[in-house]
Amino acid sequence: MGNPLPSSRPAEAFPAGLRVLIVDDDPTWLKILEKMLRKCSYQVTTCSLATDALHILRERKARFDIVISDVNMPDMDGFKLLEHVGLEMDLPVIMMSIDGETSRVMKGVQHGACDYLLKPVRMKELRNIWQHVYRKKMHELKEVEAHSFDEVINILRNGSEDIEDRYLIDETEMSSMRKRKDVENKEFGDQELNDPSTVKKARVVWSVDLHQKFVNAVDQIGFDKVGPKKILDSMNVPGLTRENVASHLQKYRLYLSRLQKQNGGTCGGNMPSDHMNKTIKGNFGLKSSTNMQQDWELTKYACTIENFQTLGIVANAAHVSEMNSRVAPAQVIASKKALVNDAQLGLFLSFKGMLPSIKEKACKPLHDERPVMQLMQYPEQENYSILEGYSCLANPDRDHEPSFDHLPSSQPLVMSATCTNGKDMKDLYEMKPLQPAIPPMACMIDSVSIQVKHGLVNLQDTGAICKLEGSPSIEDFYLDETNNQGCFPLTCEVSLKSKSDSDSMPEELHLYSVQKKLDCLENLSVSGTEIYQYIDSVPTSEVQSINWCEASELTGDYLYDQVDYSLIDEYLFA
Amino acid sequence: MFIYTTPVYRLSLALQGFLDEQFYQLEELQDESSPNFVEEVVTLFFRDSSRLMANIDQALEQCPPDFHRLDKFLHRLKGSASSIGAGKMKNECAGFREFCSEENLEGCLRSFQKVKKEHTILRQKLENYFQLLRQVVPVDKATRSGS
Repeated sequence: MGNPLPSSRPAEAFPAGLRVLIVDDDPTWLKILEKMLRKCSYQVTTCSLATDALHILRERKARFDIVISDVNMPDMDGFKLLEHVGLEMDLPVIMMSIDGETSRVMKGVQHGACDYLLKPVRMKELRNIWQHVYRKKMHELKEVEAHSFDEVINILRNGSEDIEDRYLIDETEMSSMRKRKDVENKEFGDQELNDPSTVKKARVVWSVDLHQKFVNAVDQIGFDKVGPKKILDSMNVPGLTRENVASHLQKYRLYLSRLQKQNGGTCGGNMPSDHMNKTIKGNFGLKSSTNMQQDWELTKYACTIENFQTLGIVANAAHVSEMNSRVAPAQVIASKKALVNDAQLGLFLSFKGMLPSIKEKACKPLHDERPVMQLMQYPEQENYSILEGYSCLANPDRDHEPSFDHLPSSQPLVMSATCTNGKDMKDLYEMKPLQPAIPPMACMIDSVSIQVKHGLVNLQDTGAICKLEGSPSIEDFYLDETNNQGCFPLTCEVSLKSKSDSDSMPEELHLYSVQKKLDCLENLSVSGTEIYQYIDSVPTSEVQSINWCEASELTGDYLYDQVDYSLIDEYLFA
Repeated sequence: MFIYTTPVYRLSLALQGFLDEQFYQLEELQDESSPNFVEEVVTLFFRDSSRLMANIDQALEQCPPDFHRLDKFLHRLKGSASSIGAGKMKNECAGFREFCSEENLEGCLRSFQKVKKEHTILRQKLENYFQLLRQVVPVDKATRSGS
């Protein structure tokens, strides 16, 4: 099972340490596959029942990068497991079977398998499974990037002087970002900022506003009767397609059911749990008649740490006594693609207790660019519109609905970090608090959880320091509640140590990963096995059949020892 | 020295067609961290497959026979056999499955007998094989220290 505590050993290079969950009811195959995967330097967890596998996956502590499952299992159909994993955990799943019939394979693909291996499975096939992990992350990152850059930049620009200093986006980057963005996406977000009629592509960014409309529509229609078409009509957003709504609805449902599960089922419906992992800007305002819980997950953004400057996350929230509602404190936006070779840095911020907790999960490695991860600070009046529609999840203790239309002094904080991960991912990241020019609002934050994947994060919060290390593990870190008196915000410190690699990162990265591939290939070669090409005393017919090993798998030394053979002869042919 | 390895022994077994390349793959996986890997896997296989075959026996005695259930068992058995490279046994399983899909009970019974036979033979051979391995290694040490 994944080790929840940070390990002290240095992180291994991807794909070593890839966390694989194997599910197979055949104990022989389970043992063999486990051995094979360990030989690939992957971290393996085995499971002989699909239900166990789901249980393991749902547990927070155990994290996995990829799941390999047999198709035929006694307790649950492999395809079903596949579906569940895809929806709930959004992990790549590889199917296996001895049956290679096209129809079966097709079924696997239909259900979302990213690969279908035939038994007997070979080492080289297993070595390559990291590609699926990598590919998936790249895809997710691309979606993450599909973001309202313009909006972000506007906000950044309008932010305080202090904050601007910290922005690592410079003009050239922005324009290149913009070029990419123009080509690929049009942002959808706030209607105020964009003219929706210019949208050509269907890539939708579910901004706070848009999501709010969505939720309103759902509420109006009635959660049980809801359907993408109805929602679409009700929302009345030009350019939005049924598909957009459908996929968002699916995620929403999963999100709700996950909350329901977490909080004992106050929500209606029973759907598999999920986390939102497509949109970054996931401050969902919920003015929903269904009882929402506090927990609230934002989605992944990618961040690699490069040039580390002081950044800070300051969570703000409405002063409970002043307004009977809470503010979603932080809006995290990654406006750049992350660059990562083998690391992903994830930040989860969750503010529990009185506040809605927000978790952002950083995501996936990508090749080219450096990401910006930002928490936005909105000056008091200016970007009010952005926060419109923000609402907080109700604290179950409270008896009134969360709602808010006014955020007079809400100030989510801006923190931006662009980071490029060093090759060996030993960089230490420290986040320092950002001192906003405008005093933050009173905030009641109980805890901050920082979760880091494949990287190091050093979080400092008035004494609580957590060091998370190592690529194989992802940790959940919950910092103590500092205080919830008055206006004192909880701060976390993240800063990055070295920036030396940043400039040449992309090439190095590329070379490095290639190098690693080569290393893997070398390891694949048959080492320590003597293959005797010629055996004197063995009759010719036997010699012919020696070539049953694939030539490609054999490298290295062929040892031929006469002495040994005579002994063998004795024993075999005596 | 790797006297006892493998190639010659594998050869003899392979020759007779009982084991295929998968067995070689298993031996490749054996290393210092798991020095008895192959034998462990083989032991696991025989334990698991014996259990499966007992289930199949039972299923065949059922009246009327549940071919769907039988097919599932067989699929499982075939998968298992493929894990150690038991080629012959795998083939017999395939034959069995054919009869199963035709719902030919007579054919099923006959081919299952074949499957059992292959199973037994293979077990014997592999037992001999591992025994031989155990015997050869000490000799190796003896010769070295001797001369």
